[in-house]
Amino acid sequence: MSNPAQPYNLVLRVAAKMLIPLIMMFALYVQFHGETGPGGGFQAGVIFAAAFILYALVFGMGAARAVAPDRPLRVLAAFGVLLYAGVGLASMLAGGNFLEYGVLAAEHLTGQHLGIFLIELGVGITVTAVMIIIFFAFAERGVRP
Amino acid sequence: MILLGFLTVTVLAVIRLRDLFAVVMLFGIYSFLAAALFVTLDAVDVAFTEATVGAGIASFLMLGTLALTVRREKARPTRALLPLLVVSSVGATLVYGTLDMPHFSDPLAPVHLTVAPHYLEAAAQETGVANVVTAVLASYRGYDTLGEVIVIFTAGLGVLALLGYRKNRKKP
Amino acid sequence: MSNLIGHYNYWVVIFLMMAGFYVVIAQGNLVKKIVGLNIFQASVFLLFISMGNVEGGTAPIIMEGVTRYSNPLPHVLILTAIVVGVATTALALALVVRINEAYRTVEEDEIHEQDTSF
Repeated sequence: MSNPAQPYNLVLRVAAKMLIPLIMMFALYVQFHGETGPGGGFQAGVIFAAAFILYALVFGMGAARAVAPDRPLRVLAAFGVLLYAGVGLASMLAGGNFLEYGVLAAEHLTGQHLGIFLIELGVGITVTAVMIIIFFAFAERGVRP
Repeated sequence: MILLGFLTVTVLAVIRLRDLFAVVMLFGIYSFLAAALFVTLDAVDVAFTEATVGAGIASFLMLGTLALTVRREKARPTRALLPLLVVSSVGATLVYGTLDMPHFSDPLAPVHLTVAPHYLEAAAQETGVANVVTAVLASYRGYDTLGEVIVIFTAGLGVLALLGYRKNRKKP
Repeated sequence: MSNLIGHYNYWVVIFLMMAGFYVVIAQGNLVKKIVGLNIFQASVFLLFISMGNVEGGTAPIIMEGVTRYSNPLPHVLILTAIVVGVATTALALALVVRINEAYRTVEEDEIHEQDTSF
């Protein structure tokens, strides 16, 4: 895999090394600008997972497993859902209804911004983790012992 | 429109071809053309999601399945007439149903007059978010989005349960 | 023929839907059936979004100086539907992989034969 005598592999590795950070930055941009333009949690989660998939394609499953082991991935997938439900419960504890963001802060609009930011973050984290889990499950199925 | 013509050609090619790799690639092209069509119909969020999810994740998983199963479809000896009849009758019923619909992109259609103006006018003041689709998705209909996230999580659980991580499956 | 001019794109989308539906019920390979199901889904989304379009309107993002927007409610519905659709497709493909390992084939009639020959 790291044989410099194979030119096509070298081109892939260099291009992937330059592209993967840009893909991750773009995913973060889409995530946090979902309020003023198209975007939001789902698209950002899928784009972020695409960076990991590109890494696994070019550098092999062993290297990808070292970067994304399965236990933290599963914890992250559950954490996103819990963050979303936790925002709803917090607003109930603060005196409002379930998922009523206006009571989370002193002002109604600040509470709305905070609530929307947190739930989009939860959605993005869960979508990223689940897409990577699904891809790794498909990719490791045909591995001969 | 030209895009609709491309879509039709792609679907007809998917029906005829037997090489499954080409079929999956054509599905990716179909998804991307649908995303372009969404952009011309002013649905930018939907186009974004369809392009990443349809032409990205779905095509990718289908290629992964092809790597684990077969590459070509078996040739079918006979041409069944019953599916064509079923499909044509369902299509004719749907076309009959669309004759009562308002014209395409009519601003006075009833669907644009009742709930949508309220969301368009009140979203900026009540939620402080400029993207009305995000405001409706995250704030007005936040409970449905919670259900959607749970569905994604369940799909991940299901794939884990089915395909696991045991590396001791030999291909036959 | 104002019906034709106002409705022809609905009819083209219905043709695409029926073509995807035909792949689901008439072709025998399981993977191709799933591809047909996804084509069917994408065409249904096209139908919904084209119903929400407003002539002379723009994307539903509030901007200065724009008075007419397209209807945002179908966009929200279809966004959820797309993501749920890919979740279903992922599970269906995982099932196809397991079927292939159990039956050694993904053709529908061969699987039916193996099931009924015991």
